[in-house]
Amino acid sequence: MNKTKALVPILYIIFLMLPIYWLVNMSFKTTNEILGSFTLFPRDFTVENYVKILTDPTWYMGYVNSLIYVLINTAISVTVALPAAYAFSRYRFLGDKHLFFWLLTNRMAPPAVFALPFFQLYSAIGLFDTPIAVALAHTLFNIPLAVWILEGFMSGVPKELDETAYVDGHSFWSFFLKIFVPTIAAGIGVAAFFCFMFSWVELLLAKTLTSVAAKPIAATMTRTASTSGYELGLLAAAGTLTIIPGAFVIYFVRNYIAKGFALGRV
Amino acid sequence: MNKTHDNRAWFFVLPVVALVAFNAIIPLMTVVNYSVQETFGDNVFFWAGVTWFEQVLQSQRFHNALGRQLIFTFTILAIEIPLGVAIALAMPRKGPWVPVCLVLMALPLLIPWNVVGAMWNIFALPDIGLLGRSLNALGFNYNFTRQPGDAWFTLILMDVWHWTSLVVLLAYAGLVSIPDAYYQAARIDGASSFAIFRYIQLPKMKRVLTIAVLLRFMDSFMIYTELSVLTGGGPGNATTLLSIDLVKIALGQFDLGPAAAMSLIYFLIILLLSWVFYTLMMRNEQQ
Repeated sequence: MNKTKALVPILYIIFLMLPIYWLVNMSFKTTNEILGSFTLFPRDFTVENYVKILTDPTWYMGYVNSLIYVLINTAISVTVALPAAYAFSRYRFLGDKHLFFWLLTNRMAPPAVFALPFFQLYSAIGLFDTPIAVALAHTLFNIPLAVWILEGFMSGVPKELDETAYVDGHSFWSFFLKIFVPTIAAGIGVAAFFCFMFSWVELLLAKTLTSVAAKPIAATMTRTASTSGYELGLLAAAGTLTIIPGAFVIYFVRNYIAKGFALGRV
Repeated sequence: MNKTHDNRAWFFVLPVVALVAFNAIIPLMTVVNYSVQETFGDNVFFWAGVTWFEQVLQSQRFHNALGRQLIFTFTILAIEIPLGVAIALAMPRKGPWVPVCLVLMALPLLIPWNVVGAMWNIFALPDIGLLGRSLNALGFNYNFTRQPGDAWFTLILMDVWHWTSLVVLLAYAGLVSIPDAYYQAARIDGASSFAIFRYIQLPKMKRVLTIAVLLRFMDSFMIYTELSVLTGGGPGNATTLLSIDLVKIALGQFDLGPAAAMSLIYFLIILLLSWVFYTLMMRNEQQ
Protein backbone atom coordinates (compact mmCIF):
# COMPACT_ATOMS: atom_id res chain seq x y z
CA MET A 1 0.00 0.00 0.00
CA ASN A 2 2.66 2.51 1.02
CA LYS A 3 4.77 1.77 -2.04
CA THR A 4 1.94 2.42 -4.47
CA LYS A 5 1.14 5.56 -2.51
CA ALA A 6 4.69 6.86 -2.95
CA LEU A 7 4.40 6.17 -6.66
CA VAL A 8 1.72 8.83 -7.18
CA PRO A 9 3.86 11.92 -6.41
CA ILE A 10 6.82 10.37 -8.24
CA LEU A 11 4.80 9.79 -11.40
CA TYR A 12 3.35 13.28 -11.14
CA ILE A 13 6.79 14.85 -10.82
CA ILE A 14 8.02 12.86 -13.83
CA PHE A 15 5.05 14.20 -15.79
CA LEU A 16 5.98 17.73 -14.71
CA MET A 17 9.62 17.32 -15.63
CA LEU A 18 9.13 15.83 -19.12
CA PRO A 19 8.33 19.06 -21.02
CA ILE A 20 11.02 20.91 -19.05
CA TYR A 21 13.52 18.21 -19.94
CA TRP A 22 12.56 18.50 -23.61
CA LEU A 23 13.09 22.26 -23.51
CA VAL A 24 16.52 21.92 -21.87
CA ASN A 25 17.41 19.12 -24.28
CA MET A 26 16.53 21.32 -27.27
CA SER A 27 18.51 24.23 -25.93
CA PHE A 28 21.74 22.22 -26.21
CA LYS A 29 21.11 21.10 -29.77
CA THR A 30 22.07 22.71 -33.05
CA THR A 31 19.25 23.88 -35.33
CA ASN A 32 20.17 21.17 -37.83
CA GLU A 33 19.82 18.45 -35.24
CA ILE A 34 16.48 19.80 -34.01
CA LEU A 35 14.93 19.93 -37.45
CA GLY A 36 16.77 17.03 -39.04
CA SER A 37 16.43 14.22 -36.56
CA PHE A 38 14.68 13.04 -33.41
CA THR A 39 17.12 12.48 -30.56
CA LEU A 40 16.48 12.00 -26.87
CA PHE A 41 19.87 13.47 -25.98
CA PRO A 42 21.78 16.23 -27.82
CA ARG A 43 24.16 14.44 -30.19
CA ASP A 44 26.27 17.46 -31.08
CA PHE A 45 26.21 19.05 -27.64
CA THR A 46 26.47 22.82 -28.05
CA VAL A 47 26.27 25.84 -25.77
CA GLU A 48 26.18 28.19 -28.74
CA ASN A 49 22.57 29.20 -28.01
CA TYR A 50 23.45 30.26 -24.48
CA VAL A 51 26.58 32.09 -25.65
CA LYS A 52 24.49 34.07 -28.10
CA ILE A 53 21.96 35.09 -25.44
CA LEU A 54 24.55 36.05 -22.86
CA THR A 55 26.66 38.12 -25.27
CA ASP A 56 23.98 39.84 -27.34
CA PRO A 57 22.60 42.91 -25.51
CA THR A 58 19.19 42.70 -27.22
CA TRP A 59 18.85 39.32 -25.52
CA TYR A 60 20.39 39.74 -22.11
CA MET A 61 18.97 43.23 -21.59
CA GLY A 62 15.57 41.54 -21.79
CA TYR A 63 16.41 39.65 -18.61
CA VAL A 64 17.71 42.79 -16.93
CA ASN A 65 14.55 44.74 -17.87
CA SER A 66 12.29 41.97 -16.63
CA LEU A 67 14.13 41.72 -13.32
CA ILE A 68 14.05 45.50 -12.84
CA TYR A 69 10.29 45.85 -13.18
CA VAL A 70 9.63 42.68 -11.18
CA LEU A 71 11.72 43.96 -8.28
CA ILE A 72 10.19 47.46 -8.35
CA ASN A 73 6.74 45.92 -8.45
CA THR A 74 7.47 43.60 -5.51
CA ALA A 75 8.83 46.48 -3.42
CA ILE A 76 5.84 48.75 -4.11
CA SER A 77 3.21 46.04 -3.68
CA VAL A 78 4.50 44.73 -0.36
CA THR A 79 5.14 48.19 1.09
CA VAL A 80 1.66 49.55 0.47
CA ALA A 81 -0.04 46.24 1.22
CA LEU A 82 1.43 46.01 4.73
CA PRO A 83 -0.56 48.80 6.42
CA ALA A 84 -3.68 47.95 4.42
CA ALA A 85 -3.56 44.30 5.45
CA TYR A 86 -3.07 45.43 9.05
CA ALA A 87 -6.16 47.59 8.81
CA PHE A 88 -8.23 44.72 7.37
CA SER A 89 -7.03 42.24 9.98
CA ARG A 90 -7.42 44.49 13.06
CA TYR A 91 -10.18 47.02 12.41
CA ARG A 92 -13.73 47.32 11.23
CA PHE A 93 -14.30 50.44 9.24
CA LEU A 94 -16.84 51.96 6.91
CA GLY A 95 -17.08 49.81 3.78
CA ASP A 96 -14.28 47.42 4.74
CA LYS A 97 -15.89 44.29 3.28
CA HIS A 98 -16.85 46.00 0.04
CA LEU A 99 -13.40 47.46 -0.28
CA PHE A 100 -11.80 44.06 0.21
CA PHE A 101 -13.97 42.50 -2.48
CA TRP A 102 -13.34 45.44 -4.81
CA LEU A 103 -9.60 44.88 -4.39
CA LEU A 104 -10.03 41.20 -5.21
CA THR A 105 -12.04 42.00 -8.33
CA ASN A 106 -8.90 43.53 -9.76
CA ARG A 107 -7.19 40.19 -9.36
CA MET A 108 -10.00 38.88 -11.55
CA ALA A 109 -9.68 41.48 -14.31
CA PRO A 110 -8.43 39.75 -17.43
CA PRO A 111 -5.31 41.56 -18.73
CA ALA A 112 -6.74 41.19 -22.24
CA VAL A 113 -9.50 43.62 -21.21
CA PHE A 114 -7.05 46.23 -19.95
CA ALA A 115 -4.25 45.96 -22.50
CA LEU A 116 -5.35 48.78 -24.80
CA PRO A 117 -6.51 51.31 -22.13
CA PHE A 118 -3.28 50.68 -20.23
CA PHE A 119 -1.29 51.52 -23.31
CA GLN A 120 -3.18 54.80 -23.68
CA LEU A 121 -2.97 55.67 -19.99
CA TYR A 122 0.76 55.13 -19.68
CA SER A 123 1.46 56.86 -22.99
CA ALA A 124 -0.55 59.85 -21.79
CA ILE A 125 1.46 60.24 -18.58
CA GLY A 126 4.75 59.73 -20.39
CA LEU A 127 5.78 56.48 -18.75
CA PHE A 128 5.42 54.27 -21.81
CA ASP A 129 8.40 52.00 -22.42
CA THR A 130 9.83 52.36 -18.92
CA PRO A 131 10.13 49.61 -16.29
CA ILE A 132 8.10 51.82 -13.91
CA ALA A 133 5.08 51.56 -16.22
CA VAL A 134 5.13 47.76 -16.14
CA ALA A 135 5.83 47.71 -12.40
CA LEU A 136 2.85 50.02 -11.74
CA ALA A 137 0.57 48.13 -14.11
CA HIS A 138 1.37 44.85 -12.39
CA THR A 139 0.37 46.30 -9.02
CA LEU A 140 -3.20 45.99 -10.34
CA PHE A 141 -3.23 42.28 -9.56
CA ASN A 142 -0.28 42.03 -7.15
CA ILE A 143 -1.46 44.51 -4.51
CA PRO A 144 -4.79 42.70 -4.00
CA LEU A 145 -2.93 39.41 -3.77
CA ALA A 146 -0.37 40.79 -1.31
CA VAL A 147 -3.14 42.27 0.85
CA TRP A 148 -4.99 38.96 0.80
CA ILE A 149 -1.92 36.92 1.80
CA LEU A 150 -0.70 39.36 4.46
CA GLU A 151 -4.16 39.66 5.95
CA GLY A 152 -4.22 35.88 6.28
CA PHE A 153 -0.88 35.80 8.08
CA MET A 154 -1.70 38.82 10.28
CA SER A 155 -4.99 37.35 11.43
CA GLY A 156 -2.97 34.45 12.79
CA VAL A 157 -1.15 36.81 15.18
CA PRO A 158 -3.16 37.32 18.39
CA LYS A 159 -4.26 40.85 19.14
CA GLU A 160 -2.74 40.59 22.62
CA LEU A 161 0.63 41.23 20.98
CA ASP A 162 -0.51 44.71 19.93
CA GLU A 163 -2.06 45.48 23.30
CA THR A 164 1.00 44.35 25.29
CA ALA A 165 3.23 46.55 23.15
CA TYR A 166 1.07 49.63 23.79
CA VAL A 167 1.10 48.90 27.52
CA ASP A 168 4.91 48.72 27.32
CA GLY A 169 4.87 52.26 25.95
CA HIS A 170 5.48 51.65 22.26
CA SER A 171 4.01 54.14 19.84
CA PHE A 172 2.07 52.67 16.93
CA TRP A 173 4.85 52.93 14.38
CA SER A 174 7.49 51.73 16.79
CA PHE A 175 5.32 48.68 17.51
CA PHE A 176 4.50 48.13 13.86
CA LEU A 177 8.05 48.31 12.53
CA LYS A 178 10.00 46.82 15.45
CA ILE A 179 7.63 44.14 16.71
CA PHE A 180 4.86 43.40 14.27
CA VAL A 181 6.79 43.31 11.00
CA PRO A 182 9.45 40.89 12.35
CA THR A 183 6.66 38.68 13.75
CA ILE A 184 5.08 38.21 10.34
CA ALA A 185 8.41 38.12 8.45
CA ALA A 186 7.48 34.73 6.96
CA GLY A 187 4.23 36.16 5.63
CA ILE A 188 6.07 39.12 4.09
CA GLY A 189 8.49 36.70 2.45
CA VAL A 190 5.63 34.69 1.01
CA ALA A 191 3.80 37.81 -0.22
CA ALA A 192 7.01 39.07 -1.87
CA PHE A 193 7.48 35.67 -3.46
CA PHE A 194 4.00 35.76 -4.96
CA CYS A 195 4.42 39.30 -6.26
CA PHE A 196 7.68 38.26 -7.84
CA MET A 197 6.08 35.18 -9.33
CA PHE A 198 3.03 36.84 -10.88
CA SER A 199 4.99 39.80 -12.19
CA TRP A 200 7.61 37.48 -13.66
CA VAL A 201 5.18 35.21 -15.48
CA GLU A 202 2.85 37.91 -16.87
CA LEU A 203 3.55 38.89 -20.44
CA LEU A 204 0.57 40.56 -22.08
CA LEU A 205 0.74 43.85 -20.14
CA ALA A 206 4.54 43.86 -20.03
CA LYS A 207 4.64 43.51 -23.78
CA THR A 208 1.94 46.11 -24.40
CA LEU A 209 3.62 48.75 -22.24
CA THR A 210 7.12 48.50 -23.69
CA SER A 211 8.62 48.82 -27.13
CA VAL A 212 12.42 48.99 -27.20
CA ALA A 213 14.09 50.44 -24.13
CA ALA A 214 12.34 48.35 -21.49
CA LYS A 215 11.43 45.27 -23.52
CA PRO A 216 11.05 42.22 -21.25
CA ILE A 217 12.69 38.91 -22.07
CA ALA A 218 9.39 37.28 -22.85
CA ALA A 219 8.74 39.83 -25.61
CA THR A 220 12.22 39.34 -27.04
CA MET A 221 11.39 35.67 -27.33
CA THR A 222 8.18 36.29 -29.26
CA ARG A 223 10.11 38.41 -31.72
CA THR A 224 12.61 35.61 -32.38
CA ALA A 225 9.82 33.16 -32.95
CA SER A 226 8.20 35.36 -35.57
CA THR A 227 10.90 37.24 -37.45
CA SER A 228 14.04 35.18 -37.81
CA GLY A 229 12.31 32.02 -38.94
CA TYR A 230 12.01 29.61 -36.08
CA GLU A 231 15.25 29.36 -34.17
CA LEU A 232 14.02 26.69 -31.82
CA GLY A 233 17.36 26.11 -30.11
CA LEU A 234 17.70 29.78 -29.24
CA LEU A 235 14.08 29.95 -28.10
CA ALA A 236 14.61 26.87 -25.91
CA ALA A 237 17.75 28.32 -24.36
CA ALA A 238 16.00 31.61 -23.60
CA GLY A 239 13.08 29.68 -22.11
CA THR A 240 15.39 27.60 -19.94
CA LEU A 241 17.01 30.75 -18.61
CA THR A 242 13.62 32.17 -17.60
CA ILE A 243 13.04 29.17 -15.32
CA ILE A 244 16.16 29.90 -13.26
CA PRO A 245 15.03 33.04 -11.34
CA GLY A 246 11.82 31.26 -10.33
CA ALA A 247 13.69 28.19 -9.12
CA PHE A 248 16.03 30.51 -7.25
CA VAL A 249 13.37 32.47 -5.32
CA ILE A 250 11.36 29.37 -4.56
CA TYR A 251 14.35 27.98 -2.67
CA PHE A 252 14.04 30.80 -0.12
CA VAL A 253 10.41 30.14 0.69
CA ARG A 254 10.58 26.33 0.52
CA ASN A 255 9.54 25.90 4.17
CA TYR A 256 6.56 28.23 3.88
CA ILE A 257 5.50 27.26 0.43
CA ALA A 258 2.47 25.16 1.35
CA LYS A 259 1.17 27.69 3.87
CA GLY A 260 1.93 30.49 1.46
CA PHE A 261 -0.09 28.95 -1.33
CA ALA A 262 -2.97 28.65 1.10
CA LEU A 263 -2.63 32.45 1.45
CA GLY A 264 -1.77 32.01 5.13
CA ARG A 265 -5.26 30.69 5.81
CA VAL A 266 -4.67 27.28 7.30
CA MET B 1 -10.79 37.87 16.10
CA ASN B 2 -12.94 40.64 17.52
CA LYS B 3 -12.02 43.75 15.61
CA THR B 4 -12.12 47.32 16.87
CA HIS B 5 -14.40 49.67 14.98
CA ASP B 6 -12.28 52.62 13.86
CA ASN B 7 -12.79 54.58 10.67
CA ARG B 8 -9.30 56.00 10.89
CA ALA B 9 -8.13 52.61 9.56
CA TRP B 10 -8.98 54.12 6.17
CA PHE B 11 -5.66 55.98 6.31
CA PHE B 12 -3.88 52.63 6.24
CA VAL B 13 -5.68 51.47 3.14
CA LEU B 14 -5.44 54.80 1.34
CA PRO B 15 -2.15 54.11 -0.53
CA VAL B 16 -3.48 50.78 -1.76
CA VAL B 17 -6.77 52.31 -2.85
CA ALA B 18 -4.98 55.17 -4.65
CA LEU B 19 -2.64 52.88 -6.60
CA VAL B 20 -5.22 50.27 -7.50
CA ALA B 21 -7.81 52.89 -8.39
CA PHE B 22 -5.34 54.59 -10.73
CA ASN B 23 -4.74 51.28 -12.49
CA ALA B 24 -8.28 50.00 -12.37
CA ILE B 25 -10.71 52.87 -12.64
CA ILE B 26 -9.10 54.99 -15.36
CA PRO B 27 -8.65 52.06 -17.79
CA LEU B 28 -12.08 50.71 -16.90
CA MET B 29 -13.67 54.08 -17.65
CA THR B 30 -11.80 54.16 -20.96
CA VAL B 31 -13.35 50.82 -21.81
CA VAL B 32 -16.80 52.03 -20.76
CA ASN B 33 -16.28 55.10 -22.93
CA TYR B 34 -15.43 53.07 -26.01
CA SER B 35 -18.26 50.68 -25.42
CA VAL B 36 -20.95 53.32 -25.95
CA GLN B 37 -19.38 55.19 -28.86
CA GLU B 38 -18.77 54.72 -32.55
CA THR B 39 -15.66 55.99 -34.31
CA PHE B 40 -14.45 56.27 -37.90
CA GLY B 41 -10.89 57.05 -36.85
CA ASP B 42 -9.15 60.38 -36.24
CA ASN B 43 -10.40 60.41 -32.67
CA VAL B 44 -13.89 61.47 -33.73
CA PHE B 45 -16.52 59.69 -31.68
CA PHE B 46 -20.29 59.41 -31.90
CA TRP B 47 -22.70 58.27 -29.23
CA ALA B 48 -23.76 54.71 -29.98
CA GLY B 49 -25.75 53.79 -26.91
CA VAL B 50 -26.07 50.10 -26.26
CA THR B 51 -25.64 49.09 -29.91
CA TRP B 52 -22.36 47.31 -29.30
CA PHE B 53 -23.71 45.43 -26.32
CA GLU B 54 -26.69 44.22 -28.34
CA GLN B 55 -24.43 43.28 -31.22
CA VAL B 56 -22.03 41.31 -29.01
CA LEU B 57 -24.73 39.59 -27.00
CA GLN B 58 -26.51 38.48 -30.15
CA SER B 59 -23.47 37.43 -32.12
CA GLN B 60 -22.96 33.76 -32.76
CA ARG B 61 -19.22 34.31 -32.53
CA PHE B 62 -19.44 35.49 -28.92
CA HIS B 63 -21.75 32.63 -27.97
CA ASN B 64 -19.32 30.14 -29.46
CA ALA B 65 -16.31 31.65 -27.68
CA LEU B 66 -18.21 31.75 -24.39
CA GLY B 67 -19.33 28.15 -24.87
CA ARG B 68 -15.77 27.00 -25.52
CA GLN B 69 -14.61 29.00 -22.50
CA LEU B 70 -17.14 27.31 -20.21
CA ILE B 71 -16.28 23.85 -21.53
CA PHE B 72 -12.58 24.57 -20.97
CA THR B 73 -13.03 25.97 -17.47
CA PHE B 74 -15.25 23.16 -16.22
CA THR B 75 -13.10 20.46 -17.80
CA ILE B 76 -9.91 21.67 -16.16
CA LEU B 77 -11.67 22.16 -12.81
CA ALA B 78 -13.07 18.62 -13.03
CA ILE B 79 -9.58 17.24 -13.67
CA GLU B 80 -7.33 19.47 -11.60
CA ILE B 81 -9.26 19.57 -8.33
CA PRO B 82 -9.67 15.77 -7.78
CA LEU B 83 -6.19 15.05 -9.18
CA GLY B 84 -4.61 17.69 -6.96
CA VAL B 85 -6.37 16.32 -3.86
CA ALA B 86 -5.33 12.75 -4.73
CA ILE B 87 -1.68 13.74 -5.12
CA ALA B 88 -1.72 15.76 -1.91
CA LEU B 89 -3.17 12.75 -0.04
CA ALA B 90 -0.41 10.50 -1.39
CA MET B 91 2.40 12.86 -0.41
CA PRO B 92 4.55 12.20 2.66
CA ARG B 93 3.75 14.49 5.60
CA LYS B 94 7.25 14.62 7.06
CA GLY B 95 10.81 13.89 6.08
CA PRO B 96 13.58 15.17 3.84
CA TRP B 97 11.59 14.57 0.64
CA VAL B 98 8.82 17.00 1.46
CA PRO B 99 10.64 20.24 0.50
CA VAL B 100 12.10 18.54 -2.59
CA CYS B 101 8.64 17.45 -3.74
CA LEU B 102 7.13 20.87 -3.04
CA VAL B 103 9.83 22.82 -4.86
CA LEU B 104 9.71 20.52 -7.91
CA MET B 105 5.92 20.70 -7.99
CA ALA B 106 5.87 24.47 -7.72
CA LEU B 107 8.30 24.87 -10.61
CA PRO B 108 5.69 25.01 -13.43
CA LEU B 109 3.97 27.89 -11.60
CA LEU B 110 7.08 30.05 -11.91
CA ILE B 111 7.66 29.72 -15.61
CA PRO B 112 6.60 32.74 -17.71
CA TRP B 113 3.35 31.95 -19.49
CA ASN B 114 4.66 32.42 -22.98
CA VAL B 115 7.50 30.03 -22.16
CA VAL B 116 4.91 27.51 -20.97
CA GLY B 117 3.18 27.85 -24.34
CA ALA B 118 6.43 27.65 -26.30
CA MET B 119 7.61 24.68 -24.24
CA TRP B 120 4.41 22.75 -24.87
CA ASN B 121 4.48 23.68 -28.51
CA ILE B 122 7.96 22.19 -28.86
CA PHE B 123 7.01 19.22 -26.67
CA ALA B 124 3.87 18.39 -28.67
CA LEU B 125 5.03 18.96 -32.24
CA PRO B 126 4.25 15.77 -34.15
CA ASP B 127 7.63 15.60 -35.90
CA ILE B 128 10.18 16.82 -33.35
CA GLY B 129 8.32 16.89 -30.03
CA LEU B 130 8.62 14.13 -27.47
CA LEU B 131 4.87 13.94 -26.84
CA GLY B 132 3.78 14.26 -30.46
CA ARG B 133 6.34 11.82 -31.74
CA SER B 134 5.57 9.26 -29.01
CA LEU B 135 1.81 9.42 -29.58
CA ASN B 136 2.28 8.93 -33.32
CA ALA B 137 4.68 6.04 -32.69
CA LEU B 138 1.99 4.45 -30.51
CA GLY B 139 -0.35 4.51 -33.48
CA PHE B 140 -2.42 7.61 -32.73
CA ASN B 141 -2.80 10.02 -35.59
CA TYR B 142 -1.88 13.06 -33.51
CA ASN B 143 -1.34 16.56 -34.85
CA PHE B 144 -2.42 19.44 -32.63
CA THR B 145 -1.92 22.10 -35.29
CA ARG B 146 -4.34 20.41 -37.68
CA GLN B 147 -6.95 18.51 -35.71
CA PRO B 148 -9.28 20.36 -33.31
CA GLY B 149 -9.63 17.35 -30.99
CA ASP B 150 -5.88 17.06 -30.61
CA ALA B 151 -5.58 20.80 -30.04
CA TRP B 152 -8.07 20.55 -27.18
CA PHE B 153 -6.30 17.54 -25.73
CA THR B 154 -2.96 19.38 -25.78
CA LEU B 155 -4.49 22.55 -24.34
CA ILE B 156 -6.09 20.71 -21.43
CA LEU B 157 -2.99 18.63 -20.79
CA MET B 158 -0.93 21.83 -20.73
CA ASP B 159 -3.25 23.48 -18.26
CA VAL B 160 -3.25 20.39 -16.04
CA TRP B 161 0.55 20.39 -16.19
CA HIS B 162 0.71 24.09 -15.43
CA TRP B 163 -1.79 24.47 -12.61
CA THR B 164 -2.52 21.16 -10.85
CA SER B 165 0.41 21.91 -8.53
CA LEU B 166 -1.46 24.92 -7.18
CA VAL B 167 -4.29 22.64 -6.06
CA VAL B 168 -1.78 20.12 -4.67
CA LEU B 169 -0.02 22.79 -2.61
CA LEU B 170 -3.28 24.20 -1.28
CA ALA B 171 -4.71 20.79 -0.41
CA TYR B 172 -1.40 19.77 1.13
CA ALA B 173 -1.37 22.90 3.32
CA GLY B 174 -4.83 21.91 4.54
CA LEU B 175 -3.75 18.33 5.26
CA VAL B 176 -0.61 19.14 7.26
CA SER B 177 -2.65 21.43 9.50
CA ILE B 178 -4.62 18.44 10.83
CA PRO B 179 -3.27 17.49 14.29
CA ASP B 180 -2.03 13.90 14.71
CA ALA B 181 -4.51 13.43 17.55
CA TYR B 182 -7.37 13.38 15.02
CA TYR B 183 -5.85 10.42 13.20
CA GLN B 184 -5.13 8.59 16.46
CA ALA B 185 -8.70 9.04 17.56
CA ALA B 186 -9.90 7.76 14.18
CA ARG B 187 -7.64 4.72 14.44
CA ILE B 188 -8.98 3.88 17.92
CA ASP B 189 -12.51 4.12 16.54
CA GLY B 190 -11.46 1.76 13.76
CA ALA B 191 -12.36 4.21 10.99
CA SER B 192 -11.70 3.11 7.42
CA SER B 193 -9.40 5.23 5.31
CA PHE B 194 -12.40 6.42 3.34
CA ALA B 195 -14.11 7.48 6.55
CA ILE B 196 -10.95 9.36 7.57
CA PHE B 197 -10.96 11.12 4.24
CA ARG B 198 -14.66 11.91 4.33
CA TYR B 199 -14.99 13.07 7.94
CA ILE B 200 -11.52 14.40 8.86
CA GLN B 201 -9.48 15.35 5.83
CA LEU B 202 -12.16 16.70 3.52
CA PRO B 203 -13.73 19.09 6.07
CA LYS B 204 -10.27 20.39 6.95
CA MET B 205 -9.46 20.96 3.30
CA LYS B 206 -12.77 22.63 2.52
CA ARG B 207 -11.52 26.15 3.07
CA VAL B 208 -8.31 25.82 1.03
CA LEU B 209 -10.16 23.97 -1.70
CA THR B 210 -12.57 26.87 -2.03
CA ILE B 211 -9.56 29.14 -2.58
CA ALA B 212 -8.25 26.63 -5.13
CA VAL B 213 -11.53 26.58 -7.04
CA LEU B 214 -11.79 30.38 -6.91
CA LEU B 215 -8.25 30.93 -8.19
CA ARG B 216 -8.43 28.24 -10.86
CA PHE B 217 -11.80 29.51 -11.99
CA MET B 218 -10.66 33.13 -12.35
CA ASP B 219 -7.36 32.26 -13.96
CA SER B 220 -8.80 29.77 -16.43
CA PHE B 221 -11.18 32.48 -17.60
CA MET B 222 -8.23 34.78 -18.14
CA ILE B 223 -5.99 32.30 -19.96
CA TYR B 224 -4.41 34.09 -22.90
CA THR B 225 -0.66 33.97 -23.31
CA GLU B 226 -0.03 30.22 -23.11
CA LEU B 227 -2.95 29.55 -25.38
CA SER B 228 -1.99 32.15 -27.96
CA VAL B 229 1.54 30.74 -28.16
CA LEU B 230 0.42 27.11 -28.23
CA THR B 231 -2.39 27.16 -30.79
CA GLY B 232 -3.20 30.84 -31.37
CA GLY B 233 -6.87 29.86 -31.10
CA GLY B 234 -6.65 27.40 -33.97
CA PRO B 235 -6.95 25.22 -35.88
CA GLY B 236 -9.69 27.41 -37.35
CA ASN B 237 -11.49 28.76 -34.30
CA ALA B 238 -11.44 25.47 -32.42
CA THR B 239 -9.59 26.77 -29.35
CA THR B 240 -10.56 30.44 -29.58
CA LEU B 241 -11.55 31.15 -25.99
CA LEU B 242 -12.93 34.52 -24.84
CA SER B 243 -9.63 36.33 -24.31
CA ILE B 244 -8.23 35.23 -27.67
CA ASP B 245 -11.37 36.35 -29.44
CA LEU B 246 -11.27 39.68 -27.61
CA VAL B 247 -7.69 40.43 -28.62
CA LYS B 248 -8.48 39.43 -32.20
CA ILE B 249 -11.31 41.97 -32.31
CA ALA B 250 -9.56 44.76 -30.38
CA LEU B 251 -6.03 44.63 -31.79
CA GLY B 252 -6.50 42.60 -34.94
CA GLN B 253 -9.51 44.35 -36.44
CA PHE B 254 -9.32 47.46 -34.25
CA ASP B 255 -13.07 47.42 -33.66
CA LEU B 256 -12.86 49.34 -30.41
CA GLY B 257 -16.59 49.61 -29.72
CA PRO B 258 -17.50 45.92 -29.94
CA ALA B 259 -14.21 44.95 -28.26
CA ALA B 260 -14.93 47.27 -25.34
CA ALA B 261 -18.50 46.03 -25.00
CA MET B 262 -17.23 42.47 -25.08
CA SER B 263 -14.56 43.31 -22.46
CA LEU B 264 -17.21 44.57 -20.10
CA ILE B 265 -19.48 41.59 -20.60
CA TYR B 266 -16.50 39.28 -20.15
CA PHE B 267 -15.43 41.04 -16.96
CA LEU B 268 -18.98 41.02 -15.58
CA ILE B 269 -19.28 37.26 -16.12
CA ILE B 270 -16.06 36.64 -14.19
CA LEU B 271 -17.12 39.09 -11.51
CA LEU B 272 -20.53 37.52 -11.03
CA LEU B 273 -19.28 33.95 -10.80
CA SER B 274 -16.34 34.93 -8.59
CA TRP B 275 -18.69 36.78 -6.26
CA VAL B 276 -20.65 33.56 -5.81
CA PHE B 277 -17.48 31.64 -4.92
CA TYR B 278 -16.24 34.46 -2.70
CA THR B 279 -19.47 34.59 -0.72
CA LEU B 280 -19.31 30.82 -0.21
CA MET B 281 -15.68 31.13 0.92
CA MET B 282 -16.39 33.89 3.43
CA ARG B 283 -19.28 31.86 4.83
CA ASN B 284 -16.85 28.99 5.37
CA GLU B 285 -14.37 31.27 7.10
CA GLN B 286 -16.94 32.54 9.54
CA GLN B 287 -17.86 29.05 10.67
